[in-house]
Amino acid sequence: MARKVTGRSVLISTLAAWLLGFLIFFPILWMVLTSFKTELEAFANPPSFLLFHWTTENYATVQERSDYLHHAFNSIVIAGGSTLVALLIAIPAAWSMAFSPTKRTKDILLWMLSTKMMPPVGVLVPIYLIYRDFGLLDTRIGLVFLLCLGNLPIVIWMLFTYFKEIPKDILEAARMDGATIGRELIYVLTPMAIPGLASTMLLNLILAWNEAFWTLNLTTLDAAPLTTFIASYSSPEGLFWAKLSAASTLAVAPILIIGWFSQKQLVRGLTFGAVK
Amino acid sequence: MATRQTQVLARALLTPAVALLFIWMIVPLALTIYFSTLHYSLLDPGSESFVGLENFRYFLTDPAFLASLQNTLVLVGSVLLLTIGLGIPLALLLDQPVIGRSLVRLMVIAPFFVMPTVSALVWKNLLMHPVSGLFAWIATLFGATPIDWFTDAPLFSIILIVAWQWLPFATLILLTAMQSLDEEQKEAAEMDGAGAVSRFIYLTVPHLARPVTVVILIETIFLLTVFAEIFVTTGGGPGMQTTNIAFLVYAQALIQFDVGNASAGGLVAVVIANIVAFFLVRIVGRNLES
Repeated sequence: MARKVTGRSVLISTLAAWLLGFLIFFPILWMVLTSFKTELEAFANPPSFLLFHWTTENYATVQERSDYLHHAFNSIVIAGGSTLVALLIAIPAAWSMAFSPTKRTKDILLWMLSTKMMPPVGVLVPIYLIYRDFGLLDTRIGLVFLLCLGNLPIVIWMLFTYFKEIPKDILEAARMDGATIGRELIYVLTPMAIPGLASTMLLNLILAWNEAFWTLNLTTLDAAPLTTFIASYSSPEGLFWAKLSAASTLAVAPILIIGWFSQKQLVRGLTFGAVK
Repeated sequence: MATRQTQVLARALLTPAVALLFIWMIVPLALTIYFSTLHYSLLDPGSESFVGLENFRYFLTDPAFLASLQNTLVLVGSVLLLTIGLGIPLALLLDQPVIGRSLVRLMVIAPFFVMPTVSALVWKNLLMHPVSGLFAWIATLFGATPIDWFTDAPLFSIILIVAWQWLPFATLILLTAMQSLDEEQKEAAEMDGAGAVSRFIYLTVPHLARPVTVVILIETIFLLTVFAEIFVTTGGGPGMQTTNIAFLVYAQALIQFDVGNASAGGLVAVVIANIVAFFLVRIVGRNLES
């Protein structure tokens, strides 16, 4: 910060950055604006940017005609459920590898990472057939299970990198004071691990909410989350842009907010600690 | 250091995760390998028979495979080029003192959080529609003929959409890496009379080599499996023009119900992904030691 910075160069880079940022963000802004238009105005050329008749009727229509809340509920159950189960399995594993590492810990971590590299199409056929035979197609529980396994490597990795940063001396001090492992976990480790746990949870929620391979292939209606619901707009009849925009805005908004809060952890989670 | 008791406990805590991931990796993959040696069509149940490597021969010599392989490579390569080519200047810009930087950052990373089905449909309709899309309107402002994106340049349209989704990822990682570049080093270079250009070439570029590699590898893993964007916009068409390997395998499995052939294709996809994964795992592993 001690470098000399002229006022003019700040002005130029500020203008350039805002212009580029606005351009990148524009499709999202345009979607939100369109969601408040009537279908005719949404389709109009030349388009109107702000001076149109603002209406919220699209939001009501989306709910009435296609039961938006049902799909939103599915998204919450699938993303939330898979995140929760993944955390329950990953916390002990990451704890164990961070605090009692063995010679094989590194290999196990890398092997876990490699399972994430498997392209889903490579196992689409058997998963589809197994799910068909066990009646798991188009069920929430089936997707919870699948997305949990799919994201488990990332969850373990993130937790591992966070747990490793907790100083070991503190644990040893607690142990000297006669704390059992259970007490150590609850009173020492948990408070220090909460920030890492929270950001792991948020990142995993984002990934699960937006997952669009398994959700598109394994759900049709009953368990269809928002990804599948939005995909149903790919072959609609008549004017649908405003309704598509309204449904999309609702589907994207919660995750955009979570994402903005967890942007710093995103880098760490998605690069497996390779970039900090 | 650790007592025997804690070692046992540690192993017990690790086992569920390892066991689950092991089953998740081995069972479906083994089934895929098994199916890939069968003549097996869901439309003709009960006719399963062992055919050896026939499915692979069929899949690899199918013109559809070569077309989709080419589309996959073009898609991955172009998106990498766009996201890194635009991501580096963008990250450099955001690394400068900028008024309201955190707000600009929010706008730049936002596309990454938009679900693929939404970004694909919003781009296809609201922006790229040949008559009422915003791009068509901009083209007419300049007196040009609007482009019919998904008819005239379908693969390029998909590339644009996917690049928009991944530009934030590249930018964010490169920016994080730039911010970890020691400020004192930059200052020292400046005092020694290094200009902005030579500072960039001799300090920033070597520092960025690693994060750029990481971006390339991670993006490649995800870009090889682009599916939803194709599924909701073109359905792989027109013809085979936007079918990548992921979509080809999907089409053979769940449209043509040819289990044997789709399994062979799936394994080909696994092999391609593994080549990339090999390098990524090595880089991450090296980092783990430090």
